[in-house]
Amino acid sequence: MDASVSTPTPPRTLTATPGSAPWRPVFGSWVTAYKRTWRGSIFGRFLSPLLFLLSMGLGLGNLVNKSAGGVAGVPYLHFVVPGILAAQAMWVAMGESTYPVMGAIRWNMKYHAMLATPVGIDDILIGHLTYVAMQVTGATAIFMGVAALFGSFSSWWVLLALPITVLTGMAFAVPIFAFSAKQESDGGFNILFRFIMTPLFLLSGTFFPIGQLPAFLRPIAWVTPLWHGVDANRSLALGSPHIAGVLGHAAYLVLVIVVGALLARHTFTRRLLR
Amino acid sequence: MNNPDSDLLLQATGLTKTFGDFTAVDGIDFAVERGESFGFLGPNGAGKSSTMKMVGCVSPVTGGVLRVFGKDPATHGPQIRARLGVVPQKDTLDEELTVQENLWIYGRYFGLSRNEVRSRATELLAFAQLTDRARSKVEPLSGGMRRRLTIARCLISRPEILLLDEPTTGLDPQARHVLWDRLFRLKRSGVTLVLTTHYMDEAEQLCDRLVVMDHGKIVAQGSPRSLITQYSTREVLELRFDTDDHGHHGDAIAGIGERIEVLPDRLLVYAEDGDAAAAAVHLRGVEPLSYLVRRSTLEDVFLHLTGRTLVD
Repeated sequence: MDASVSTPTPPRTLTATPGSAPWRPVFGSWVTAYKRTWRGSIFGRFLSPLLFLLSMGLGLGNLVNKSAGGVAGVPYLHFVVPGILAAQAMWVAMGESTYPVMGAIRWNMKYHAMLATPVGIDDILIGHLTYVAMQVTGATAIFMGVAALFGSFSSWWVLLALPITVLTGMAFAVPIFAFSAKQESDGGFNILFRFIMTPLFLLSGTFFPIGQLPAFLRPIAWVTPLWHGVDANRSLALGSPHIAGVLGHAAYLVLVIVVGALLARHTFTRRLLR
Repeated sequence: MNNPDSDLLLQATGLTKTFGDFTAVDGIDFAVERGESFGFLGPNGAGKSSTMKMVGCVSPVTGGVLRVFGKDPATHGPQIRARLGVVPQKDTLDEELTVQENLWIYGRYFGLSRNEVRSRATELLAFAQLTDRARSKVEPLSGGMRRRLTIARCLISRPEILLLDEPTTGLDPQARHVLWDRLFRLKRSGVTLVLTTHYMDEAEQLCDRLVVMDHGKIVAQGSPRSLITQYSTREVLELRFDTDDHGHHGDAIAGIGERIEVLPDRLLVYAEDGDAAAAAVHLRGVEPLSYLVRRSTLEDVFLHLTGRTLVD
């Protein structure tokens, strides 16, 4: 044993006082972890819009334009890209709020480590969700940049689609946080992917107007966040936004986020402090 | 109790924790003063970890009163945790990150500045004998190294109390001794240690005072030595026979020593003088496979109090 090693500075004095905003180091820890994997992640963020634009915008788009003259009087590319933008945010948000949350509870115990410090449940939620919002923002900005290069947008109003899309993503992320904190295994995530996310992706007006849906399916589109994001984005990207409509959609998304946050606080507390 | 700077750091009265119908901690009383090294000794499921989680303010108290630094965990959780260093039973290190990154991130949770965290991390890595692994990821580290890193990590906030939940469970003997040495240095430097263990040798090495727990209750308390004096004899004679049932040899040696315990694999004769007891066994013509005379330990205390061994 190395006897020369000194014992660290003894305690006795109160040195550590809780920081004014303990959610910041929580956010910082997720960013630190991301620094290890960002290269692969950024590559995927560019690849995904490219594939969508090539297949839906150009491939399917040419067919739709030739046979139907576009959708609602605009080329299919202009119609579909704002919708996919919102749907993409949903997928990114889901990826960030399922396995990472369950992992932080069950596998790497990241949340437990935080709770051994002055960090509390609210700090964990705010810090982690801020990180998710950063991911959704980054993915959305990249998607919009690539889509703009393909000439997908016809108006500068589309810049407002960025905050709307981030709200759409968070309207999924926050309730899914509440859901993930209750899971004992990833079985629940498979149900979420197959029976909720995939149908929403296909039926929320992303690829065709929801007016094409059977009447009994339309209310599903109205209550879930994705359609609100898709509809608001589309009206912004096409350059003739109905401002009250866009604000209404945004208000609904905020409401989902607030309700989701209350649920998440409840399930996190039940799971982590018992 | 209302004075947060009092030297009474932990105080529990009638402390209770239930999960549904199950009572994990059943109305226990204890108090820990500054500078003490205090242990909860008991088998798995005795309620030790549940008690530690309540003290660590991550498990709400069901009943009774608990004060940490004179404060109520229900209302002052973050303030209390700012002054605690927690070493949980299962490591909660971030395996993807490096050894030093684990320290830095943890220090930030306590509101310490980046510079502060970095200088303390350097000091603590030396203390934990991990300086040459500072830039290595956690994932390939041995169990003993991870444990030392966990302890270094919780020291970054200069805690007044260290809560150690089974600090050496699962470590090899060499790693345990290294860890005990580090904990002993901390104790000497004035840190209050509160630990749980189901190893009697660990309790004897580290604890000034301990409580023995079984089924959520405290069944005895005192210093390791006083417990042994009170509940056991000075020496123990262990006898092994060439048999599957040690019970029927018990009758042959009845009356020797103060007390006899029959275990599945051996007989224990409690006596002030183990060699004299061995001679008495021999005089009766009983021929065991092996004799062993040893000093009494906390294991014997636990066996006497509960009829069971600590580690099954």
